[in-house]
Amino acid sequence: MQLSVKHLLGIRDLTRQDIQIILDTATQFKEVLQRPVKKVPSLRDVTIVNLFFENSTRTRISFELAEKRLSADSINFTASASSVSKGETLLDTVNNILSMKVDMVVMRHSASGAPHFLAKHIPAAIVNAGDGINEHPTQGLLDAFSMREKLGRLEGLKVAIIGDIMHSRVAMSNIYLLKKMGAEVTVAGPPTLIPKYIQEAFDIRVEYNLKKALQWCDVANVLRIQLERQNQVLFSSLREYSLAYGINKQLLDSLDKKIVIMHPGPINRGVELDSDAADSNQSIILQQVENGVAVRMAVLYLLSGGRELS
Amino acid sequence: MKTILNEQQLAIIIRRLSHQVLENNINLDNTVFIGIQPRGIFVSDQMIQVIRQLASPEKVQYGRLDITFYRDDVRNNIHVPNQTDIPFSVENKNVVLIDDVLYTGRTIRAALDALLDFGRPAKVELCVLIDRRFSRELPIQPDYTGRSIDSIVSQKVKVFWKERDGKEEVVLL
Repeated sequence: MQLSVKHLLGIRDLTRQDIQIILDTATQFKEVLQRPVKKVPSLRDVTIVNLFFENSTRTRISFELAEKRLSADSINFTASASSVSKGETLLDTVNNILSMKVDMVVMRHSASGAPHFLAKHIPAAIVNAGDGINEHPTQGLLDAFSMREKLGRLEGLKVAIIGDIMHSRVAMSNIYLLKKMGAEVTVAGPPTLIPKYIQEAFDIRVEYNLKKALQWCDVANVLRIQLERQNQVLFSSLREYSLAYGINKQLLDSLDKKIVIMHPGPINRGVELDSDAADSNQSIILQQVENGVAVRMAVLYLLSGGRELS
Repeated sequence: MKTILNEQQLAIIIRRLSHQVLENNINLDNTVFIGIQPRGIFVSDQMIQVIRQLASPEKVQYGRLDITFYRDDVRNNIHVPNQTDIPFSVENKNVVLIDDVLYTGRTIRAALDALLDFGRPAKVELCVLIDRRFSRELPIQPDYTGRSIDSIVSQKVKVFWKERDGKEEVVLL
């Protein structure tokens, strides 16, 4: 069994079977991470460059750790400290790095579609670590992995994605993935942060009332308000947003079931999620981070193979 | 197609192997059994059943090891892994590795590498159902052998199991 794709550009391109293979492989890597020696030699002949044109803590550390656990050689690249600030183009930057014999590229970029552009022009396998407001496929996969681990299934699961849907690549990857795996999805948030076309485009529910969305779901995936991507005023203040769409323990306790709280990080504490909810026993936020390494190992492992040895 | 072992012979060999392993590991406190995924576990599952009848069952420590991530042909073909489940420490233990067919020795090489990532065993023994002798590519030999056979590279040894294939036999294709 092999993946149907050569790159991981987005969940949109994956088949249901691809997702299944990645999640199952990640389960085995999670076991590897519990061993006394948390490392396997699978990718010891592979060199991976992490190209981060945008800030990141979790994703970057998670990818780096995944690469090291697979015994790959990894190089880190930060746009601000590179020749990009001298005016070098994306393609030139990448081609220069590839000429030093790099096999795979992990890239985060603020422009949607940047990894798709690269995939057309370079021979290396590309893993999208987030492109603009398009997709963040490994986050979608680790969210699904965490849901499956916590609740045992994805099929038929009710997932509410709450907050800034408009600017969220995490939301896009989650929606694609959950729909492919047969889960039910509701997006909830203020009307200004939910794209109009989303209901028909993805066959999902839209809910403007937070409590109703929470009452309906098994899992609430709470998103960060992406102030850096909003170039117009979409709600009057963070305080107002938090009053209408912030989740706290009191709200969770008022529901008649215990739902699971997820967040892709970084959390704006007190805005979309209060500390008492984020740190409660209903939250699996730190498990998501832990699972991220196993999921990224699976992706890198599955995309690394099948090359002809020259 | 030539049948090498029929169902009855297979059952007898499994019993013999279990007795032989137990004979050399009388004190099960220091011995652990590890079946190699995906096909070695059919042999090890059956051997463990026999060993549990022969010795105190609670002393029998049994795990399963998947060697996918340690393969030396990872660049030719990506294999999807199976489950690894070793719920005990192998540190200072006598480890009995169990597989179905020993051919080139490459799987066992990978298994030894994988095993060392779980600790430092005092000793590792190898138990195989079928030994395709004279076709080794690495200096690895079994300690317990069900049946040795002479075969050429173009031939294939196939082991069928009731749980998976509905019949139990070993054939040479």
